[in-house]
Amino acid sequence: MRSAEALTAPDPNRLLEVRGVKKYFPITKGFLKRTVGYVRAVDDVDMYINKGETLALVGESGCGKTTLGRCVLQAIKPTAGEVYFTTRKDERVDLTTLPYDRLRVVRRDMQMIFQDPYASLNPRMTTLNIIAEPLVCHRLMSGSRLRGYVRELMETVGLNPHHLERYPHAFSGGQRQRIGIARALATQPRFLVCDEAVSALDVSVQAQILNLLMDLQEKMNLSYLFISHDLGVVSHISDRVGVMYVGHIVELADTAALFDRPMHPYTKALLSAKPVADPRRKSHRIMLEGEVANPSKLPPGCPFHPRCREAAAECGERKPEWREAEPGHYIACHRA
Amino acid sequence: MPGKDDDSVILEMRETRVRFKMDAGLLKAVDGVSLSLRKGATLGIVGESGCGKSVTAGAVFRTLPSYAEVGGDILLYEKDGKRLDEPINIAKLNPTGPEIRGIRGGNIAMVFQEPMKAFSPIHTVGNQIIEAIRLHVEPDEGKARRIAIDTLGLVGISSPEQRIDEYPHQLSGGMRQRAMIAMALSCKPAILIADEPTTALDVTVQAQVLDLINKLKAEINTSVIYITHDLGVIAETSDEVAVMYLGKVVEYCAVDALFHDPRHPYTRALLRSIPTADKRRKGRFDSIRGTVPYPMNLPERCGFFDRCDLAEEGLCGRSAAPMVEAAPGHFARCFKVEPYAAKEVV
Amino acid sequence: MTADATLGGKSTRGPLLGGGRRKARSSYEVASQWRLMWWKFRKHRMAMAALPIICIMYLLTMCCEFFAPTLPLTRFKSHKDCPPTAIHLFREGEFIGPYILRKDSGMDPVTYRRVFVDTDEVVKMGFFVHGEPYKMWNLIPTDIHFFGPVESGGEFFLMGTDSLGRDVFTRALYGGRVSLSFAVVSIFFTFVIGLTLGGLSGYMGGFVDGIVQRAIDVIMSIPGIPLWMALAAALPKDMSSYTRYLFMCVIMSLVGWTGLGRVVRGKILSVREEEFVTAARLSGATHGRVIFKHMIPMFMSYIIVSITGSIPATILGETSLSFLGLGLQAPTISWGTLLQDCQTIEAIAQQPWKMFPALFIVVTVLMFNFAGDGLRDAADPYK
Repeated sequence: MRSAEALTAPDPNRLLEVRGVKKYFPITKGFLKRTVGYVRAVDDVDMYINKGETLALVGESGCGKTTLGRCVLQAIKPTAGEVYFTTRKDERVDLTTLPYDRLRVVRRDMQMIFQDPYASLNPRMTTLNIIAEPLVCHRLMSGSRLRGYVRELMETVGLNPHHLERYPHAFSGGQRQRIGIARALATQPRFLVCDEAVSALDVSVQAQILNLLMDLQEKMNLSYLFISHDLGVVSHISDRVGVMYVGHIVELADTAALFDRPMHPYTKALLSAKPVADPRRKSHRIMLEGEVANPSKLPPGCPFHPRCREAAAECGERKPEWREAEPGHYIACHRA
Repeated sequence: MPGKDDDSVILEMRETRVRFKMDAGLLKAVDGVSLSLRKGATLGIVGESGCGKSVTAGAVFRTLPSYAEVGGDILLYEKDGKRLDEPINIAKLNPTGPEIRGIRGGNIAMVFQEPMKAFSPIHTVGNQIIEAIRLHVEPDEGKARRIAIDTLGLVGISSPEQRIDEYPHQLSGGMRQRAMIAMALSCKPAILIADEPTTALDVTVQAQVLDLINKLKAEINTSVIYITHDLGVIAETSDEVAVMYLGKVVEYCAVDALFHDPRHPYTRALLRSIPTADKRRKGRFDSIRGTVPYPMNLPERCGFFDRCDLAEEGLCGRSAAPMVEAAPGHFARCFKVEPYAAKEVV
Repeated sequence: MTADATLGGKSTRGPLLGGGRRKARSSYEVASQWRLMWWKFRKHRMAMAALPIICIMYLLTMCCEFFAPTLPLTRFKSHKDCPPTAIHLFREGEFIGPYILRKDSGMDPVTYRRVFVDTDEVVKMGFFVHGEPYKMWNLIPTDIHFFGPVESGGEFFLMGTDSLGRDVFTRALYGGRVSLSFAVVSIFFTFVIGLTLGGLSGYMGGFVDGIVQRAIDVIMSIPGIPLWMALAAALPKDMSSYTRYLFMCVIMSLVGWTGLGRVVRGKILSVREEEFVTAARLSGATHGRVIFKHMIPMFMSYIIVSITGSIPATILGETSLSFLGLGLQAPTISWGTLLQDCQTIEAIAQQPWKMFPALFIVVTVLMFNFAGDGLRDAADPYK
């Protein structure tokens, strides 16, 4: 099904490799919880992330990008597929088969920044305890050394280190997001999943946080899986971009290639839909007809074909292959 | 600024203030806003969260909570399609009285960010729209239903004869938003207030809804107050724009001037900090340092003082900045902006 | 559209701060959940008024030996069905400190009913007086009473006496000890059962959840009083009063845990989905740490609210059962058994002072309800 060449080659630069990951949520009914169907949140996804690279996933709500991000970190166990991750000891492990205790150790190297800066911090803990949580869990530090290190972290992310004893309710959204970032950085991971990390913030604060993320990447050689619905943000921060539509990645390419020469009809529509902050440039919109497909009742063939203006008979019959149309430019479409 | 003599103005706010009486003090959510809305035009109000843009809309619609105090004037020059000799001052009306209820829905309609909140979940969409029509336009039930179906069709809902009998939860997010627009427009209001109507929607659906609002505006000649935090949406919808910061309008001008000749340092910084796909490069964003202060017990000075690159201690830090006419019809609230003919407006 | 919606989360700061004083502003940032709850609770006037009354209630009843002027089983044979004694301060226009007038009993010549008349004999009252000897909490032998006639043996009945000549006020305090501690003990059992079963149900889900939820449905569908009666009737008659007390507590909690069980299950289900719980797991926290450090503290406040809410119900439940003669039984004194004396119309008509224990119940239940209201408002200080 998938083009094996690019994905199987053991590349020393690879940090993360996702192969054929699926996540089906069962739909149950009745007292006995009989399974009557599945919501295919993520359906057969392949991708990889290199060291020090940012891969962005974009798509509309319900496309499965958040589920995919959580499957990568094993916050949700995927139904099928493998997730290979290279740890700081340069071991290549399959996270999906790792036992609980080994996985807990590997968590040092991969962390997550959440969308909602209000819900993702325990309101009953002080800033110190929140940021120190991963260090305490992994028994890496304690006492005054821990305190000093948390202070350092707070400074790194642009927080006043004197606010150590404050509770999250005393901070604004942007500052809370910084606390979340400091927590994610505490164990000096090499990989971060940013799940809509700036979507809840105002534009001016959003820019501050994006700058911080980029600075940290440079300083600590971090890799990001950057999940967002905002094409503008994605175009600035990522090296490569994957576009998702109801559980499938439909196109994945270098940022420049994707924005300048989109191939998939859905990518084209998505790019044209974003309002441009310039009244002189009237956009040429590709209006999509109909609604996003229901992930529990996917149409046969290409999931996008009922809304696709370029669709042909073949699109409704056969699922398009995941192929490399140009070097580094992957696409799943019969017509492109 | 356009005034009473200007025939095209349908709604005018003069020094409108909204204060929330809290235990800890007075929260100035809207602090002296003067704006005017022309017939058939769209006035965009843009700003970050907490700048008072939604409260401004609430003041016009008089749906603020009881502890809000509305001051200044909000003048409505047209009612039921007729030009009034003496404008109605909405700010002085009893917020629960019969007059404002007559204006609400019929003359001024509102579209909210969350359509689920506007619709009652226990009645069908159709019933709620028909109810509004019977209240303001057409008392006959059969005719009202006809109008409701037509309006649902107008907003692009397929097979409106069936959809009219569905409950709000049976519609998708985009459809619900369309249904709410249909409800707002069913009485052909002179003014439509749209408060972040597309913020909760996906880009492709947002594109459909924006298109719809623009199309309908042209068709039924409604004036629109469009409230959003998204400058891109403003660029696509508005004729005139007011940028709000900390309860004050800091820049007020035609949409083209805002994007191509912004004067206020806040507007400039805001425009620079939007990540857009077309000025793409991997690199740092221009951001505004600091955060918006909490609008309670603030010192008497320019609200943007702490975050402004041009701020001057002796000047901007001393008193509130005046509104300056930087170019004809282009106002900015800043000490550093040169008035085009040394003419100062309060 | 409210100010909250438009101003984001920030506006919560306004009303919250109002509760604290000016200086609270600086400590707001470092205020823990409990401190925030206290600030919010403090704004609830009724609850703030109820709190000291509840405390006084518990103090009076837990130290009832000391506060009662006499002993619960002491009979004043010549003063059966004696009405309350009035306390005077002035004698012929002159302040001479608190005193009572000794009562003499006589016969009403018309109705042949025994009546009490005040004599001219002044009995001085005082604080910390020597009275009947007792053992404080069954440990310290003493004869000091908080308030009573200065000379021991004075017949002082603040709330009258019952048909056997026992002081109603004394008995109400001793009964309060049983009734109020009964509430606490049975709430403890309720807490244990509700937390365990509700927790299991929420955390494990699936089959366990189904069983527990159906059990709750069944228990909730049986009317309370008949169920208590059935369970109480199953207890052997010759049980010691102490074991009976414990068994009654267990019975109350067997019936009463269902509400708490539902609350706990619901909270676990919602807390499990909270982002910060996922964050803790991704930080490498073990299962135990996630549960005890992140999940339980999150809904502790709700549990306290739920418990405060069920204390009045427990008190009322115990009293009703005892009143019906199915709960605690004489010689155990509780508010319920005391009210058994008022089961006849005649008693209510002729000796209304025997209803005083009911006043204790009403006050206690009301105060707990007020306090529960305040707690409910304060339970989520972040809203």
